[in-house]
Amino acid sequence: MEETNKMNESTKKEEQTSTQKIGIYLWIWLLLFVLSFFSYMVDWYQFQGMLRWSLILFFMFLKAGLIMAFFMHLFWERYALVNVLLWPMTAIACFIFLMTAEFKYTLFSRFFYFVVGGA
Amino acid sequence: MSEQKIDGFELKPGFKGMASDTGSDQTMFKGVHWGKAMMWIFLLSDTFVFSCFLISYMKGRGSTIVDWPNTSEVFSLYVGGVPVPLLLIAIMTFVLITSSGTMALAVKYGYEKNRKMCGWLILATAVGGLTFVGMQVFEWSKLIHEGVRPWGNPFGASQFGSFFFMITGFHGFHVSIGVIFLFIYTYKVFAGHYESKKRGWFTKMKGDYVEIEILGLYWHFVDLVWVFIFAFFYLW
Repeated sequence: MEETNKMNESTKKEEQTSTQKIGIYLWIWLLLFVLSFFSYMVDWYQFQGMLRWSLILFFMFLKAGLIMAFFMHLFWERYALVNVLLWPMTAIACFIFLMTAEFKYTLFSRFFYFVVGGA
Repeated sequence: MSEQKIDGFELKPGFKGMASDTGSDQTMFKGVHWGKAMMWIFLLSDTFVFSCFLISYMKGRGSTIVDWPNTSEVFSLYVGGVPVPLLLIAIMTFVLITSSGTMALAVKYGYEKNRKMCGWLILATAVGGLTFVGMQVFEWSKLIHEGVRPWGNPFGASQFGSFFFMITGFHGFHVSIGVIFLFIYTYKVFAGHYESKKRGWFTKMKGDYVEIEILGLYWHFVDLVWVFIFAFFYLW
C-alpha cells in the first residue's frame, strides 16, 4: 500500500514537470518559423562568402538549440541525461576536424596529379 | 526542484545532481521513463549515422576539382515562367516545422489527459509528415527527369547525385516510418488505450501518455536532422 502511494506521488511529480504552459510552445514555434524564413532569405538575397556561411550556421544552431531545448524538453531534463546526450557531440566535432584536413589533402593531390600533371 | 524526491532519493540541481544521480547505485536517469531514455539513446546513435553522411558529403564536396552544382538553381521551381530558388525546399521546411509544433502541443495535451485534442494534433502531425514525403517524391522525380543519377548529373560534380539521394533518402525514410507510427498512435489515442491502460505491443507495459512524448522525441529529431540538411546541403 505504502509502495503504491509512493509510486503515485512520484508519477504525479513527473507529470507536473512535464507539462509546460502553452505559450512557451507557441513562442518557440513562431521563432522557428521566423528563423527558417531568415535562413531562406540568405539564399534569396544571394549573400556570398563568410557572411553567407556564418548566417547559415547561426540560424541552424539557433533552430537546432530551440528544438532540442524546448520541443524535446532537454531544458527541463536533469543534467545526468543532458550531459550523456551532448558530450558525444564533441566526437563528431573531432571527426569534422579530421575530415577537413583529409579533403584538403585529397583536393591538393587531385590538382597536383590531374591538373598540374605531377612532379 | 531541489527538494524534489524520487523513491526517497533527494534530487540535487545542476552538476552536483548529475554526480549524485550517476553515483546513486540506482537508476541513473531519475524520473525519466525507461522508454524515453531508450529513445534518446537510439536518437544519439542515429545522430552519428546522419553525421557520418553529412561529413562524407563535406569530404566529397570539398575534394572534387569539378564545380559543385548550384543548388539554388538546381532546386528552383518555375512560377509563372520565373525561377524561384529553393521554393519547394522552403515549403517542405515550413511544413516540417508546422508538424513539429503540432507534435509538441500533442505531447502537452497528452500529459493533460486531453484525449481529443491530443488525437487531432497527432493526426495533423501525420498529415504534415505525409505532405512532406509527397513533396520529396515530387522533388526526386523532377531531378531524375532532369538526368540526376547517383553516378552523374548535367549540372556539375558527379558526386552530387549520390550524396543527394543517400542523405535525403535516408531522411525521407525516417519521415515515412514516423508517419506510419503517427497514424498508429492517432488510433491508439482516439481508441482510448491510455485511459483503459491497455498494454502496448511487444510489452507488458501499460499504456501511458509518456508514449506520446517518446513518439514526439522521434518526430522532433526528424525535424532537427532536416535543419542540418537544409543548411548544409541546400543552402551551403
